[in-house]
Amino acid sequence: MKLKYLRGVATLKLETEKCIGCGMCVTVCPHAVFEVKARKAAVTDADLCMECGACANNCPVDAISVKKGVGCAQAVRNGFLRGTEPDCSCGDDGTCC
Amino acid sequence: MTERTQKITITRRTAPQPNGACDHISSEYTRSDRLAAWKARWGINRNSWRIKPGLYALGAPAADSPVFATANYKLSFDALRTSLKGLNAWLLVLDTKGINVWCAAGKGTFGTMELARVIAETGLEKKVRHRNIILPQLGAPGISAHRVKAYTGFSVVYGPVRAEDLPEYLRLGGATPEMRRVRFNLCDRMVLAPVQLVHFGRYMLPAAALLYVLGFRADAAYTAGALFAGGALVPALLPWLPGRSFAVKSAVAGLLVTALIAVGHYHGAAQFAARALIYGSAASFVGLDFTGASTYTSLSGVKKEMRLALPAHAGAFAAGLAILAAWRFL
Repeated sequence: MKLKYLRGVATLKLETEKCIGCGMCVTVCPHAVFEVKARKAAVTDADLCMECGACANNCPVDAISVKKGVGCAQAVRNGFLRGTEPDCSCGDDGTCC
Repeated sequence: MTERTQKITITRRTAPQPNGACDHISSEYTRSDRLAAWKARWGINRNSWRIKPGLYALGAPAADSPVFATANYKLSFDALRTSLKGLNAWLLVLDTKGINVWCAAGKGTFGTMELARVIAETGLEKKVRHRNIILPQLGAPGISAHRVKAYTGFSVVYGPVRAEDLPEYLRLGGATPEMRRVRFNLCDRMVLAPVQLVHFGRYMLPAAALLYVLGFRADAAYTAGALFAGGALVPALLPWLPGRSFAVKSAVAGLLVTALIAVGHYHGAAQFAARALIYGSAASFVGLDFTGASTYTSLSGVKKEMRLALPAHAGAFAAGLAILAAWRFL
């Protein structure tokens, strides 16, 4: 059974004009959010995006932007309590993303 | 080589060796590796399972042998080396502070600069003739392949998500679409449940014990039930619990367990409603944290959920307590 998270929240943006169709986003995305059609990348289903940032980081022409972060309640809580960005404090107490 | 010497060769030295011979390792998975993995999953002395960063020789690698990069977390390192049975290869271990590849990539410690640093410090360009490094695909959130190329001259090749697919990946000369997807099946979920149970059990089991000692036996059972619901049932039943929200899924699991426990006790409707509110919200709070263990939740989604769920948790908890207090004193 396919697990999907909340609808319409992902911050993923693809600027198709910049895309050179190299397919790097297809390679790195762990949820098959991208496909290359007619030498341009396209988003198949943005609701599958977990905002890991792999595509944006590896796009050689900066055609992809996403607000990268960990989808972790504990991290959001830590960030809120410390007034910082969400931080999963992996390694501090043994619990991890 | 015996099991004993293999273990020692992995952990013996503490400083990197820029120019000297590198440590030789084996692809065997021994009983002590299995024990270490079990301990790490239960959070026992987890932070001590670090591998010394640097370059390792698997088998008898030569100048044309492939190079694989990984994190300095024992479970990551073991997954890689044991998947390369019968192969001569170089293993490049980045310093990720003992964190697995994916989490470290999210934090940026499995990153472009760290990869460039370890390539330079180990003198990799003198050890191999080719200029390719095979990285785990889940390292990609921390790595910019084109920047690594610009900084070091090495081309990043993304291997499969799971190290176990490496033999097939090498045989095919590339990854299948299936190898590029993360999974979150029952095994993947249950292996992550213990850490959640240990984390919340630290608070909820003493609370349950205290309630029991004070004579609130039903509530002791409900408290343990909420921990079980949020920490074990949510991972187990994730695809079948209703909704997409973890808070909703977990509240349903909590209500289910609360209702089952209530069967064994004689409560009025108000009494039961109070328990449903209190322990349903407690289970929801616990289960919401499983977003961190899941492989598909986004930060934007979790933030949205928490904006709605946390006031709801607090409100339901307070309402439940108010009903219990009113029932007792009116």
